[in-house]
Amino acid sequence: MTVKTRRCRPLADNSIIPCMKSAAHIVERTLQIGEPLRDGLAYLGSLASLAGRAAYFVFVGPFRGKPLRLHRAVSQAMAVGIRALPILSLITFFIGLILALQSAYELRKFGALNYVASAVAASMTRELGPLITAILVIGRSGSAFAAEIGTMKVTEEIDALKTMAISPIQFLVAPKFLAMILMLPCLTIWANSMGILGGAVFGVAQADFTWGRYLRASVSSLFVRDIVSGLIKSVVFGMTITAVGCLEGLSTGAGAEQIGRSTTQAVVISIFLVILVDLVFTALFFFMGIR
Amino acid sequence: MSDVKTNLPDTDTLISLRALRVSYGQREILHGIGFDVKRGETIVILGGSGSGKSTLLRTLVGLEKPSSGQVWIHGKDIAAISKTEMDEIRKKIGMSFQGGALFGSMTVGENVALPLKEHTKLEASTIDIIVRLKLDQVGLSGFQHYLPSQLSGGMKKRAAVARALAMDPEILFFDEPSAGLDPIVAAGIDQLILDLKKAFQMTVVVVTHELASAFLIADRMVLIDKGHVVVVGTTEELKASTHSRVRQFLDRMPEAEILEELDYLQMLTEDNYPHGREAARNKGA
Repeated sequence: MTVKTRRCRPLADNSIIPCMKSAAHIVERTLQIGEPLRDGLAYLGSLASLAGRAAYFVFVGPFRGKPLRLHRAVSQAMAVGIRALPILSLITFFIGLILALQSAYELRKFGALNYVASAVAASMTRELGPLITAILVIGRSGSAFAAEIGTMKVTEEIDALKTMAISPIQFLVAPKFLAMILMLPCLTIWANSMGILGGAVFGVAQADFTWGRYLRASVSSLFVRDIVSGLIKSVVFGMTITAVGCLEGLSTGAGAEQIGRSTTQAVVISIFLVILVDLVFTALFFFMGIR
Repeated sequence: MSDVKTNLPDTDTLISLRALRVSYGQREILHGIGFDVKRGETIVILGGSGSGKSTLLRTLVGLEKPSSGQVWIHGKDIAAISKTEMDEIRKKIGMSFQGGALFGSMTVGENVALPLKEHTKLEASTIDIIVRLKLDQVGLSGFQHYLPSQLSGGMKKRAAVARALAMDPEILFFDEPSAGLDPIVAAGIDQLILDLKKAFQMTVVVVTHELASAFLIADRMVLIDKGHVVVVGTTEELKASTHSRVRQFLDRMPEAEILEELDYLQMLTEDNYPHGREAARNKGA
């Protein structure tokens, strides 16, 4: 008897209980997937709500007796746009040059080096121009928004605004929102041009183009829809970056280390969401036949 | 004014709290606070660290939503009104924050001018005159064009008071007016509060744990402990009180040693474990 029970019990231990354990494990894991998903959706919801309220104060508020602080928007536009120009020019010039080198590497095999111009022009305007601009703006301005608003949160300045009956969204977020949705397309156009210029340097030096012929080849290869689809993306990128930067700033907890956390979060989440938005819009344009 | 209910004892009462409960998440900070503030009096809310006095002040200015109870200000229950109505009440109150909370990107003058620019249609020149007047009232004439970072701690507090006064509020709230200031500067702020009260018959609500300052400025005091009102009374009544908690606070006695083993165990496990409470409060704030 004792032998039997000894045999039985280990059997039971080894087969049924682990089985139940793994079933419980699967259920547990599934629940664990549910939670981040719910949190993620809630986060997207609060982003949309913040962007919506900022958009209200930019587009509707001024007609309902809630004037927009234009001078604040202008100073934000200076910080977001004009001061980003030197570094943006340099980066996109190099990106254009890299694109030309990379595409020439393949095109040379077919003796089609004169397609370098159209390859650079298309990939800059449709994809890399808006994306590189957005990532640079995240690093310069998205992080700055989070740090600025986060510091104001920690030093009770946001509370002070509220007790003075001034909406922090109207006062702080709306001008940034306006500046971003205006400046990001402008920066993108600039980035596109600088990228094409970078490609032209390679074209003239290595692919027997003249400056004029390279420019004509670029322009003739582009469709208005290429540029417009890039600009539409850049407007949405602008909204995303502002919403994430400001939301992270506004949700800063107490203490200086929280500002650092907010800033990091703002950059990481913005980059992720910008690329996600990029994917969604590219797919949308593709399936709608706008390409 | 039709919504002034029978809860309000008389029209002289400007602020009236009834069974006010406030929670940060799951943790309740205030467990049913109730007292009245009369027009023109200075009331000091006393309490130790973590007693809930700052939360009480934040609730009074509408920064925290009560989980239950009523907060009557100017005849309106701010726990139940809309954001627009709350903003109307906020234009009649001024708040001076612990660290000043001046906007670092603006000069002192612009800070004081901000509520005027936002809520009035006054001309720039008129606003400029009001700003000078308010800065003069707090003893900061000539500092209009300084940035907050160029001011000392006491001057920042004065500038914050000037900003709180900008809209000629009926009620002025102070969060820890003397925190982080040396005794002389702190006495200066106390004097400023007394002067303002004398000059404008303003209703002042001060949150502090500085006893000397509290007894100097207060008409009446409220002692808060662990989210409960321990006592409400005039300074004389408080001084004469025999309530153990009041005596402990006023005589600056440390917490009694817990000798009972069971009590000690309970303290460690219960939510009245001081560090646990402190940590949760900080998280919540």
